[in-house]
Amino acid sequence: MRFMLLFSRQGKLRLQKWYVPLGDQEKRRLGRELVQTILGRKAKMCSFLEWRDLKVVYKRYASLYFCCAIEEQDNELITLEVIHRYVELLDKYFGSVCELDIIFNFEKAYFILDEFLLGGEAQETSKKSVLKAIEQADQLQEVRAVSIEDLSLTAVVLS
Amino acid sequence: MPAVSKGDGMRGLAVFISDIRNCKSKEAEIKRINKELANIRSKFKGDKALDGYSKKKYVCKLLFIFLLGHDIDFGHMEAVNLLSSNKYTEKQIGYLFISVLVNSNSDLIRLINNGIKNDLASRNPTHMNLSLHCIANVGSREMAEAFAADIPRILVAGDTMDSVKQSAALCLLRLNRTSPDLVPMGEWTARVVHLLNDQHLGVVTSATSLITTLAQKSPDDFKTSVSLAIARLSRIVTSASIDLQDYTYYFVAAPWLSVKLLRLLQCYPPPEDGALRGRLTECLETILNKAQEPPKSKKVQHSNAKNAVLFEAIALIIHHDSEPTLLVRACNQLGQFLQHRETNLRYLALESMCTLASSEFSHEAVKTHIETVINALKTERDVSVRQRAVDLLYAMCDRSNAKQIVAEMLSYLETADYSIREEIVLKVAVLAEKYAVDYTWYVDTILNLIRVAGDQVSEEVWYRVIQIVINRDDVQGYAAKTVFEALQAPACHENLVKVGGYILGEFGNLIAGDSRSSPLVQFKLLHSKFHLCSVPTRALLLSAYIKFINLFPEVKATIQEVLRSDSQLRNADVELQQRAVEYLRLSTIASTDILATVLEEMPPFPERESSILAKLKRRKGPGNQPGAEEARQERERERERERSLNGSAEHREGGAAASAKSSPSVDVLSVAALPTNRPRPVSSVSLMQTPFLASCAAPSSLSAGPMTSLYPSADLLGPTGSPPSTGGSLLVDVFSDSLQAGPAPLDLAPPNTAVSEDNFSRFICKNNGVLFENQLLQIGLKSEYRQNLGRIYVFFGNKTSNQFLDFSSTVNCPDLLKTKLNVHTKPADPTIDAGAQLQQILNIECLEDFTPAPVLDIQFRYGGTLQNFGVKLPVMLNKFFQPTEMEAQDFFQRWKQLGAPQQEVQKIFKAKHPMDTEVTKAKIMGFGTALLDGVDPNPTNFVGAGVIHTKNTQVGCLLRLEPNTQAQMYRLTLRTSRDTVSQRLSDLLSEQF
Repeated sequence: MRFMLLFSRQGKLRLQKWYVPLGDQEKRRLGRELVQTILGRKAKMCSFLEWRDLKVVYKRYASLYFCCAIEEQDNELITLEVIHRYVELLDKYFGSVCELDIIFNFEKAYFILDEFLLGGEAQETSKKSVLKAIEQADQLQEVRAVSIEDLSLTAVVLS
Repeated sequence: MPAVSKGDGMRGLAVFISDIRNCKSKEAEIKRINKELANIRSKFKGDKALDGYSKKKYVCKLLFIFLLGHDIDFGHMEAVNLLSSNKYTEKQIGYLFISVLVNSNSDLIRLINNGIKNDLASRNPTHMNLSLHCIANVGSREMAEAFAADIPRILVAGDTMDSVKQSAALCLLRLNRTSPDLVPMGEWTARVVHLLNDQHLGVVTSATSLITTLAQKSPDDFKTSVSLAIARLSRIVTSASIDLQDYTYYFVAAPWLSVKLLRLLQCYPPPEDGALRGRLTECLETILNKAQEPPKSKKVQHSNAKNAVLFEAIALIIHHDSEPTLLVRACNQLGQFLQHRETNLRYLALESMCTLASSEFSHEAVKTHIETVINALKTERDVSVRQRAVDLLYAMCDRSNAKQIVAEMLSYLETADYSIREEIVLKVAVLAEKYAVDYTWYVDTILNLIRVAGDQVSEEVWYRVIQIVINRDDVQGYAAKTVFEALQAPACHENLVKVGGYILGEFGNLIAGDSRSSPLVQFKLLHSKFHLCSVPTRALLLSAYIKFINLFPEVKATIQEVLRSDSQLRNADVELQQRAVEYLRLSTIASTDILATVLEEMPPFPERESSILAKLKRRKGPGNQPGAEEARQERERERERERSLNGSAEHREGGAAASAKSSPSVDVLSVAALPTNRPRPVSSVSLMQTPFLASCAAPSSLSAGPMTSLYPSADLLGPTGSPPSTGGSLLVDVFSDSLQAGPAPLDLAPPNTAVSEDNFSRFICKNNGVLFENQLLQIGLKSEYRQNLGRIYVFFGNKTSNQFLDFSSTVNCPDLLKTKLNVHTKPADPTIDAGAQLQQILNIECLEDFTPAPVLDIQFRYGGTLQNFGVKLPVMLNKFFQPTEMEAQDFFQRWKQLGAPQQEVQKIFKAKHPMDTEVTKAKIMGFGTALLDGVDPNPTNFVGAGVIHTKNTQVGCLLRLEPNTQAQMYRLTLRTSRDTVSQRLSDLLSEQF
C-alpha cells in the first residue's frame, strides 16, 4: 500500500498515512487531487479505480471516506477488507465510532492503525490482538493518571 | 475502556480542537491557530521548565495543526525530548510527531536515532514496538543506515516477543523498500524463512510480506520459502477442521495470510518437485471449488474475503501459465463474475480476464465471453468498468473476431467519455492494422476513426495509414477513392484533409479516369478545404499541389495560378511562402522529365513495428507496463498464435516477426526517422520532397533545411535529423557549452548507490553543462545565482527506449551542511518516457558559508531493476559571489586590512592545463569575482574581487593569481574576512588551472 486517507464528505482530511517518502507539498497535492476524484464519483460506482499509476480502493462509512492507494499487483478485495477491519477496530475501541471520535482522538486513530498496518502491510489481522495492544497502552496511561500534576488538573476541571 | 481514555489526559487539546471546529471562516481558523502557535512558542521558550505532560499536550496540538494543513517549524526538539520520557504516553506522542513530521526537519535525526536506539535496546516490548513503528513510518536513509543491521537480529532472536517480531519484520520490509542497498543479506535470511512455520499467525502474516519483498530482490536466497508457503497454505485452505480463531474473518480462514502466501508464490515458477506441485494444485483447486459453494454468510465481507483469495489464486494460476485445466476453470469462474450483481466483481473479472487472454491455454476460453463483454461496454454505468471492458476486448481480439470487436469499439467511441477516447482510438488503430486481411477494411476503419473522433486521432495514427497505403499497392486505388469520397462531406476533420491531401497527391491518378473525380475536380475539392486549415496542413496541401502538376499536366496552369496568388507568395507564414515560391519556380523551369523524377511517387517505408503500438504501450501506466522480458515472451506467443491461425505470417508485410527483429526499440521517432535509411530516387533534388515529409517525417540529410524547421511536431527529441540511436546528444541543444565541457564519460554505469562526482569540478567556474551520464540517463544542469539565492534546472534525459518508472530525485544534504544551505526541490514526475526529458527545479538558499556539497539522490526502475545512485550537486560557495569592481588604491587598502594570518590562504601549485591568459581570465570571471585590470603592477598577474552573499552575512574576498610560465607553476592568494571562506575558495579555485 502506498498511502491511506480518511476524509469527510466535505473533503476534509481526517487521517493520512503515507508509506512512501514524499514531500509535504506533494502529499497535499496528491491528497487534494484524489479527494476530488473520489468525491466526484457516484454512490453506486465501483470501489476501485485506476488513478495515476496506482489502483485506488475506497469505501464510504457514514460521513467518512476511507481510501487506500495500492500498487498494480496488490489485491483490491483484500484492501477493501483492510479498510473494513480498521473500521471495526475503531468501532470497537470508541464504541460505535463516528467522525468526531477520530477528530478529537486523532492520535488514537494513528496508534490503532500502526498496530494493524505497518509499512503498508497487514501486521496483525486479529481484532483481539490489536485491541489488546491498544488496551495495554491505555492502561499504562491510567497508571500515569495518579501522578500529582494530573490530579491537580482534574481538580481544576472539576471545580 | 474507551470512555475512560478519550481525551482523559489532554483537556486543553480537546478545547483547542473544539475552538477550531467552531471557527466560522478560514480567517478565523488561521487567527485561532496563530494565537495557539504563539502561546506554545512562548511556553517552549519560557524560563519555566515544562513538565512532560504539558510538553506532550503542546506537541500534540502542533501535530493537530500540521495535520490541518499548516506548516510547523518548531517543536521538533520538544518532541524528541519526549522520546526519552519514561512515561509511555509521552513517548508515544513524541514518536507520532516524529513519524508524521520528520521529513520536513531532519536536523535532529541523530537525536531521534539515539532515542530509538535506547528503546530498541530496552527489552521492553511496548517500547521496542514504538521505536520499530517509528522506523517503519519514517523509513529514511539515515534510519536505514543506523538500524538496518540491528533489526534482522531482533527479528530472528529466540527470545524476541511475537509482537516485536511482527513489527521488526515489517520495519525491515520498509527499509528494504526505501534503501535496499543498506539491508544486508546474511545468515538471518534462512531463519526468516522459517518464520513461515511459526505458531503465531500474526508473525507468519508479517514475515510473509517481508519474505515476498526480499524474494523479489534475490529469489535464490529465499527459494526454500516455496515449500514452506505451500505447506502453510495447504493447512489453511484444505483442512476443514482447523480452528484459526480470531484469524478467521467472516467464516474465511486467514484471508490476509492466504493472499500473502499466494503472492509470495508468484515470485517463483511452478515447483519442480512433483509432490509439492500436486499439493499446490490441490490448494488451488480447493479454492476454486469453494467459490462454487453456497456462501456461509450474506455479509459482503464474507464474499469479499473469499473472493480476494480466489482472485489471488487465479493470479498465481496465470503466473504459472502451465496448467490448462486450472486456467480454463479460472476463466469459467471469471465468466460467472462477469454477470455478477456486484460491480466490484464485474470490474475485477474483466481486469483479471485480460491477463488470461494472453495465455495460449485460455485464450479461446476467454473469447467465448465476447458477447457479455460487448454488452458490458454498452450497459455498464461506471466508466471505469467500461474501460476494463475495452481493455479486455482489446486483449481477446484475434483474426477471428477482429471485425466484430473493431466495429463495437467504433460504435462505442461515438458516445465514449472524453477521458478514454484517445486510448480507444489507439486500440482500434492497432487492431485494425494487426488483423487486417483485407486492407480496404483497414482504410475504412481509420477514416471512420477520423470521422468519429478526429480530435483524438493523433499523428501516429494518420502517419501510419499513409505508410501502409504507400507500402501496399493493392490498396492505393481504393484509398484514393475512399478519401475522395470522404472529402465530399461539407465538414470534415482536418486530419482527414491531411490524409486526403497526401494520398491524392500520391495516388490521385488512380481515380482520375472517372470524370467525377477528374484531376480538376480533385484539386478543387482539396483546395476548397485549404483556407480552413492550419499552417502545417496547408503546407502539406501545397506539396500535394506540386505533385498534381507532375501527375496531371492539364491542371498545371490552374495550380500555378493558385501558387502565384498573393495569399501564397506573400503569405505571412515563411514556410508557406517558401513552398509557394519554390514550387512555382520548379513547375516553371523544370522539364517534364525532371519534374517526373523529383516528384516521383514515394518509395515504400521500411517495415517497423507500428508507432501506434509504441504510443499505446507508453500510455499504459508504469504498473501496466510489461517488463522487457515479458513483452518479448508476449510477442513470441503472439507470433506463434498468428502462425497457427494463418499458416504463415509472411503475407502481411507488417509481420510482427520482422518488426520485432528490425526494431526492438520503438518510439515516436520511428516515424520521424523513416525515410532516413532509404535512398532518395534523386538525392540532389530531394529537397523537393521535404514538404511532404516535413509534417510527417523529417529527412536526415536536410536537417538544417528551412522546410523542416517549422515542424517541431515531427521531431520530438531535439535537433531534427539527429539519428535516434545517438541518445547521448539528447541534451546537446540545451547546453551551448557542453562541448567545452568535454565528452561526458559514457558506458560508466555507476555501481549502485555510488555517489558520482566525476563532473563536479567542471562546474566550479561555469553553471551549465552535463553533470552525469551513463548508458541509461543523462543529467544536465542550467543554473543561475543571485546574491545568496540560486536556482538549478536539472534535466533528466532518458536515453533508453523504455520508460523509467517510480522515478524520484531528491536532494540530500550531509549533516554538516543542513544548517548552512537550504535546498528546496520540486518533486519530479514519477515517470520519464523513452527518449524524453524531465525537468526539475531546485531552489537554493545559502545561509552560511559551507564546504560539503549536497547530493542528488536518484532512484528509478528500469526494466524491472531498481537504479539508485547519487550525484554530487555542483553547489559551491563561490556560486554566491557578486563581483565587485574597484580601483587599485581601494584594492590595496582592503588587501592590507585583511592582513591577519588566518584571513589569508596561499597555495602554490603546478599548472595542470596549458597556461593561457584568456582561459585563465574566463575562469576567474566564471568563478564569480570581478577581474580587475591595471591593479597589479605586474601585468601578468590576475587580481579579482567579490562578495560572497549568505543569508546571515556577506564576506568580502580578494584574490591574486601569479603565474610563473617558466616553472609552469601558479601562486594563488586569497584574503577574506573569514578563514573558512578563504580556505574553501582556495581549494575550489586551485583545482582549475
